[in-house]
Amino acid sequence: MTAVVPGKPADTAGGLPVGGAMRVMGSETEYGIHAPSAPGANATMMSARVIQAYAQVTRQRAAGGAETRWDYTDEEPLHDARGWTLERSSADPEQLTDQPPVLDAEAVALAYGRQELEADGEDESGTLLMNMVLGNGARLYVDHAHPEYSSPEVTNPRAAVTWDAAGDLVALAAVRRLAADPDLPPVNLYKNNTDNKSVSYGSHENYLMPRSVPFGEIVRGLTPFFVTRQIICGAGRVGLGQDSARAGYQISQRADFFETEVGLETTIRRPIINTRDEPHATADKYRRLHVIIGDANLSQTSNFLKFGTTAMVLSLIEAGLAPRIEVHEPVAALQAVSHDTSLTALLRLGDGRRITALDLQWIYLEAASKHAQDTGVADAVDGDGHTHEVLERWSATLSELGGDRASAASSVEWLAKLSLLEGYRQRDGLGWDNARLGLVDLQWADIRPEKGLYYRLLARDRMQRIVDDAAIARAVTEPPSDTRAYFRGRCVSRFGADLAGASWDSVIFDVPGRGRLQRVPTREPLRGTEALTGALFARHREAGTFLAELLGLSPGS
Amino acid sequence: MAGQEQQQPQSRDTEVDEDVPAAPPAPGDAQASAATQGVDDLLDEIDGVLESNAEEFVRAFVQKGGQ
Repeated sequence: MTAVVPGKPADTAGGLPVGGAMRVMGSETEYGIHAPSAPGANATMMSARVIQAYAQVTRQRAAGGAETRWDYTDEEPLHDARGWTLERSSADPEQLTDQPPVLDAEAVALAYGRQELEADGEDESGTLLMNMVLGNGARLYVDHAHPEYSSPEVTNPRAAVTWDAAGDLVALAAVRRLAADPDLPPVNLYKNNTDNKSVSYGSHENYLMPRSVPFGEIVRGLTPFFVTRQIICGAGRVGLGQDSARAGYQISQRADFFETEVGLETTIRRPIINTRDEPHATADKYRRLHVIIGDANLSQTSNFLKFGTTAMVLSLIEAGLAPRIEVHEPVAALQAVSHDTSLTALLRLGDGRRITALDLQWIYLEAASKHAQDTGVADAVDGDGHTHEVLERWSATLSELGGDRASAASSVEWLAKLSLLEGYRQRDGLGWDNARLGLVDLQWADIRPEKGLYYRLLARDRMQRIVDDAAIARAVTEPPSDTRAYFRGRCVSRFGADLAGASWDSVIFDVPGRGRLQRVPTREPLRGTEALTGALFARHREAGTFLAELLGLSPGS
Repeated sequence: MAGQEQQQPQSRDTEVDEDVPAAPPAPGDAQASAATQGVDDLLDEIDGVLESNAEEFVRAFVQKGGQ
């Protein structure tokens, strides 16, 4: 089996305009999960219920199933970008993300109810769907003890916001489905990153980069940026310290959970720069930079800037133009920035200078802006269509943070949340240790629009929109058109019943009469687009003939 | 006006802020007054949305570790 999805050969830049905010990227969101009426419920089982509930939603939507199983064969969580592989025996069990989680029969019965298990005979293999690929090209699964949505690959920050927000609607659909089931306790999902009792769970970003860029350059160029990026995209948190032992408010949900500068782990000793090296693509050409330091964002502007500015800094690093700045003791600096809502704290640099997080962001913005202008991608008319907007919003946000902070409260998530909390503090005279403020923080992230406080502000137009609601709703079922996610998503929607599974870099067909599984590799992220495969999908309603043309076989061979 | 306080550097001593009363809007400052009214309306709405028994609800939100 050597067939690949047809398309032009991609160069190492990935075939996208170079120098700005465009690049293959994607998001991962682990949702906080809570069943208030069943306080002792097992989190993994509840998460499995969420996945199962969404499977029921998609089955209802499309006869034959609009999802397929995840295929684990290409997962390599122990490959380190620094050039080695961790021995399985020395890995923390939570690092072994290439194995499906195991639910025994008893756990299954508890999670789904024995009756439903017996009635669910359509699942012939007898195993539960813990891990599915959706028609929009995303992955929805149980990760550790949380439901996780991994967005399809997109090429720009606006699309990243769109398909990330679509994940919140996927999660919402599952919550609604469970709420309508009289036999199961309702489940709440929260798009946040900590329970404020010493546990954190991630929101990750992924960026495709040419492998030729030395990893040390990535570490050097990104670390000062990541220490300070939170001032534009932190989600805000009530409580200081991993267990919130001290009262107060800080900029980032995640900052207090980071303990080292560079490393492979994502669940313990969390590093500012994560070295997991699973490219999910042609490995000698690409690396997938796995970013674990971000907060999950509901604010569209913060999310847009998180992806857009980071993509631009990676373009700087690739061009060898990243600012030559070294922050002294970056982990401590990360936390100092997060704890300083006045944005006046001074960071010590390697050359002895002391500058604020805002100063440091301006340095990166100026470098990114110059590079984007030199490469032509920043032009409002003739540019790449995305970089101009990132630069405009980045600059406007930094200006507001340095002056008119009230304006920034409609876009910067930590400030929006702070402004609400300050309203409560002033009206009711609450101290930062008051549980009501903790509840505002938690409920900010409830994904139900009627309960989630972010959504209440959005409904009153107190939060800016980057993408309209209709585009987000479309992205729940439609894949992005300009990456391999198009091919994956369309295969799932069109031929779900004839798929044995799918992953980031393959789609596996199980077509009756063919006798064996047909694996279609999708190792080039910018192939399998609508432009390249749309006509193929238009020509075939059946998987057999579709596959035959794709693989260059005669039908039935 | 509401939101004024957040523009000042936060004291690390969290008790300091608690007794600071909200400054009444300056007479004739219609914009500030409207903004304050907006915040009051918003808080009233959110009062009705917040889960009851904040302390218990927050305490019960216990997660297992993630990435």
